[in-house]
Amino acid sequence: MGRTLAEKVWDAHVVRRVDGEPDLLYIDLHLVHEVTSPQAFEALRLAGRPVRRPDLTLATEDHNVPTTNTLAPIADPISAAQVETLRKNCAEFGVRLYPMNDPGQGIVHVVGPQLGLSQPGMTIVCGDSHTSTHGAFGALAFGIGTSQVEHVLATQTLPQRRPKTMAVTVEGDLPAGVTAKDLILAIIARIGTGGGAGHIIEYRGAAVRGLSMEGRMTVCNMSIEAGARAGMIAPDDTTFEYLAGRAHAATGPAWDEAVAYWRTLASDDDAVFDREVVIDAASLTPYVTWGTNPGQAAPLGSRIPAPADYADPAARASVERALAYMGLTAGVPLSEVAVDTVFIGSCTNGRISDLRAAADVLRGRRVADGVRALVVPGSMQVKAEAEAEGLDEVFRAAGAQWRSAGCSMCLGMNPDTLRPGERSASTSNRNFEGRQGPGGRTHLVSPAVAAATAVTGRLTAPAQL
Amino acid sequence: MEAFTIHTGRAVPLRRSDVDTDQIIPSEWLKRIERTGFGAGLFSEWRADEGFVFNNPAYAGASILVAGPDFGTGSSREHAVWALQDYGFRAVISPRFADIFRGNALGNGLLPVQLPAETVEALQTAAEQDPTVEITVDLAAREVRGAGLVAPFELDDFTRWRLMEGLDDVGLTLRHEELITGFETTRPAWLPSVA
Repeated sequence: MGRTLAEKVWDAHVVRRVDGEPDLLYIDLHLVHEVTSPQAFEALRLAGRPVRRPDLTLATEDHNVPTTNTLAPIADPISAAQVETLRKNCAEFGVRLYPMNDPGQGIVHVVGPQLGLSQPGMTIVCGDSHTSTHGAFGALAFGIGTSQVEHVLATQTLPQRRPKTMAVTVEGDLPAGVTAKDLILAIIARIGTGGGAGHIIEYRGAAVRGLSMEGRMTVCNMSIEAGARAGMIAPDDTTFEYLAGRAHAATGPAWDEAVAYWRTLASDDDAVFDREVVIDAASLTPYVTWGTNPGQAAPLGSRIPAPADYADPAARASVERALAYMGLTAGVPLSEVAVDTVFIGSCTNGRISDLRAAADVLRGRRVADGVRALVVPGSMQVKAEAEAEGLDEVFRAAGAQWRSAGCSMCLGMNPDTLRPGERSASTSNRNFEGRQGPGGRTHLVSPAVAAATAVTGRLTAPAQL
Repeated sequence: MEAFTIHTGRAVPLRRSDVDTDQIIPSEWLKRIERTGFGAGLFSEWRADEGFVFNNPAYAGASILVAGPDFGTGSSREHAVWALQDYGFRAVISPRFADIFRGNALGNGLLPVQLPAETVEALQTAAEQDPTVEITVDLAAREVRGAGLVAPFELDDFTRWRLMEGLDDVGLTLRHEELITGFETTRPAWLPSVA
């Protein structure tokens, strides 16, 4: 029987397999940031253990870093101590670090791909659930907890039980104005926040093949929001073209050898998935979330649902709670929901193509009075690229704030937060209660919808401008 | 890691689904570099609401959390597990757990017990009607007993053994270091290195 992409990558990394025990998997790349690593390094120190493979470990500062006035010391003493701890740990254990203000600094899931470190067929982990992003390259990439960070630092391996496999096939082409973000929001709305639990999702089909690498990263990034262990897309020419020439990609005969191997990774025609879901791309329109989990999403052209629409009592209770928290009334068109804040950035949508999409909408337009719009590039390299193209000028001219790189308002660990009761349209990945600041209300949207929303002050698709 | 064999305690019913890790421990708490002291942050936003079940003194000292489906979704923060343990929980019962949370819990000796939704609801109802009711989570027998029911749960033999022995994974893996070194000699040369 044939094997799936996920099974091929898994099998190629098994160090030890014994019946009844988890497989011991070799990890090709371990990405580290300041939030989930301090306790792991401390445990190594207490046990007198070194980092086994510093050459396969890369750290960056992203979650806590301010996005304004970055040359000044970090004002929050607890954030400052955490960043300082990462610096000390990296120096002590010999781990390469991209600190604040370094041209290589950025969100961990933007940095790996831009350096060419995230490649097909690899195993990639990080103490961050959005590690699924790197699956866009056909890598098996997943988030881990701090004890597992310690385990990978010490052994470069991880004991894991092989998840099941799930195919999400998106047939046909995405209509004009429908983006990768709309697609993944629609997928999560369809299968639910637990729909991928225990599975690795492989995204397939013409619409997925038609996505750019950055669009694929957006899709794989949010696999975790469907509960999946990881999300993957088989590597193809789009992947190879993206990687060719990047700093850590192979060159010459080694590159040819790598590409030849990568071409073998696609799921075999007779491979069997444990579960299959088919989505019709042509039926999709821009999607936004209305509730407090990423599965609570609907077409922007629709109305806010009512608890009574749901048969399952638990779902009904959850919708009721969500609408109360969000301050929304059932039956109101989503396009009438007014926002205070627009956030464009994050590991989901903080790449150059995301900023271009937002700038295309904002060019020659103004952010509505009373709306605060933040544009936060995913990395210093994305920032430099955007500035070279003049996108920063487009954002500034429109009245948006152009910031420095980091996770920023996606999770509000730095000073960029919503105040209680404030409502945002955000290109990030989670609309949980309080995610962007205590009492804050989040609507997840694509960069294009975020930009159009900034112009009108209410949830808006660019086609409506 | 503290070994887990059998635990008897009172239960807190949390009738919510999709309890994400941002609710279990809000991100403000993640700035700390210690591994302890997170109990004060457990559900801190929800605890600001007087009516929240954790503010009912009848449940003070309870050590088993009985929650709705898809517990622990979202962020990979192990701080969620540390917060539950620091607050005093030894086990969480839910119809379904998010994968990363479940792995983190098992790595720390906080037992995630998956039971059918009807059983979880029966336990919640029992704890609501009588907060003093005691529930036993028996890992050796792989069953939950109490409130007039006996409910078997699944956990693979290896994981159960590891929890009952209180063994941490790093030590177990390092027993196979020669296999890791052997594997490293087979990795293709074109694979990237950070150096």
